[in-house]
Amino acid sequence: MFIIRRILIANRGEIAVRVIRTCQRLGIEAVLATSEADADSVPARLADRTIMIGPADAYLSVEAVVGAAVAAGADALHPGYGFLAENPRLARACEAAGIIFVGPGAEVLEAAGDKLAARAHAVAAGLPVLPGGPVPGGPADAGALARRIGYPVLVKAAGGGGGRGLRVVRDPAALGEAVAVASAEARAAFGDPRVYLERYVSPARHVEVQLLGDGQNVIHLGDRDCSVQRRHQKLVEEAPAPLLGETLRVSMRVAAVALGLQLKYQGLGTVEFLVDTRRAAFWFLELNARIQVEHPVTEAVTGLDLVEEQLAIAEGRGLRLSQASVGFAGHAIECRINAEDPAAGFRPSPGTVTRAVFPAGPGIRVDTHIQAGSAVPPQYDSLLAKLVVSGADRPQALARLRGALARCQVAGVTTTLPLLSRVIDDEEMAEGGVDTGWLERGLGPGLERGAAGG
Amino acid sequence: MDLTNEDVADVLALLDSLPYDELDLQTARFRLILRRTPGGWTQSAESLSAPAVLSAPGAPGGASGPPGAAPGADAGAGLVAVRAPLPGTFYRAPRPGAAPFVEVGSQVGADTVVGIVETMKLMNSVTAGVAGTVAEICLGNAEFAAHGATLLRIRAD
Repeated sequence: MFIIRRILIANRGEIAVRVIRTCQRLGIEAVLATSEADADSVPARLADRTIMIGPADAYLSVEAVVGAAVAAGADALHPGYGFLAENPRLARACEAAGIIFVGPGAEVLEAAGDKLAARAHAVAAGLPVLPGGPVPGGPADAGALARRIGYPVLVKAAGGGGGRGLRVVRDPAALGEAVAVASAEARAAFGDPRVYLERYVSPARHVEVQLLGDGQNVIHLGDRDCSVQRRHQKLVEEAPAPLLGETLRVSMRVAAVALGLQLKYQGLGTVEFLVDTRRAAFWFLELNARIQVEHPVTEAVTGLDLVEEQLAIAEGRGLRLSQASVGFAGHAIECRINAEDPAAGFRPSPGTVTRAVFPAGPGIRVDTHIQAGSAVPPQYDSLLAKLVVSGADRPQALARLRGALARCQVAGVTTTLPLLSRVIDDEEMAEGGVDTGWLERGLGPGLERGAAGG
Repeated sequence: MDLTNEDVADVLALLDSLPYDELDLQTARFRLILRRTPGGWTQSAESLSAPAVLSAPGAPGGASGPPGAAPGADAGAGLVAVRAPLPGTFYRAPRPGAAPFVEVGSQVGADTVVGIVETMKLMNSVTAGVAGTVAEICLGNAEFAAHGATLLRIRAD
């Protein structure tokens, strides 16, 4: 067991702010690694210290962030999500430098980060998977495999996650270019160009189970539904997943814990599943060995601080919670406010924020890294803020969320706020259990009309 | 350190019982404005402290890439500029080491993909927009393209 006194946060944006908050509450000195583009960002202002690691892409350099941790005299490094969060090289470099990596060990990161290896572990742990496999020969290989799987197929990044590098291919003629572009996107986002194919199931829901393990014991912290997506990017998430059915819910939680035990999972992780609720069937998608963007909805219904639990595991304290001690109460919904223009195909909208007003009140939490004057640089992800609203039940959470969204005002960059209001006002959304194609299917054309009108 | 969501909730609980509709609190470190609106409270928070910078571990100095070519500098009649639809990194090939989408002299149709602009980790395919012959490639591979920067010029058929 070890006590972390100073930590280097190797990330930016809202997750940097999020981690800084918990560290400061726990009395851990928070040193933030910043790029030149982020030197004056909100997390840089909130951190106890900042350390400049280089140009905009320095967050992807293992040498830069570990060098910064050593220079700052940090005991530990928190990687956030994205960038190097699931990179085994970072975990190994931390170990070599005598710095605690807040996350699973390099072997687990390798098993989870290589989506094909993760599939194999899932099969070994008895989890159902979709038909599919690798395309080592690139586009030339893909044709034969896709014919065996049957169209439409999904092209996925073997080294990926978070929806990056995903392409749905319905027409065999488009497979070659899709594989090439997905591969390029995967290389840009993860430094790994390998892609693989899986059967594309539609309609289906995206439901995931939050895991917490200490290498020996693994527990779950409930499920989340993340089916409201555009371009395979999550837009709205909620906990618990609505209208799942108790048998299916329990089966998925048991399956997730089985995979965690198979991997002797240490730290916070998420098992993602594709769910066909009509057939009461689910398939393993991937294991994300990091804290996720949508973790606050789990915090809202469990009352836990997941960053604090991550730090406790990293300090070698072992699980402080038993499965029986984790309680679930109420319902929480998160909306991602992105700098994107939904009326122009979700085109990113970098720029400078001139106004940032958010709602406040009971059941409302806002995780953000923007304030008036903040730069939204084009080199990074477009997430500006997460509005998390909870209530005693789903109808109350939705009602609060409607009012809370109406009080958000972000100016200077185009945001997804108008779209979020439409999503939350929608009747099917109110019923619950929409599928992953629902947003693009239902709101696409209407959205353009709405934007043209005002 | 600034105000957390819990701090704001505590301040609101106090304000709710008072007849005030706005609180504008400013210290050396932060400013917090809370306003009562018909729909409920709003918050607007600003961190005012300057970052406390540790010296960098041999970080390279601010050597950012050259800006994209200035838009609107089109020379020559019959040449049509293909511009960056948004700011980002211009890629001439679908992946590193692959053949570029087009070279000078390539014949293109309006829907031919001539490059990629990567913005916020998303790959945005850029199409020629006009049928013709590629006359000039104005930006190098992996260079930063400003919004509207001319990526290449096409001699329209």
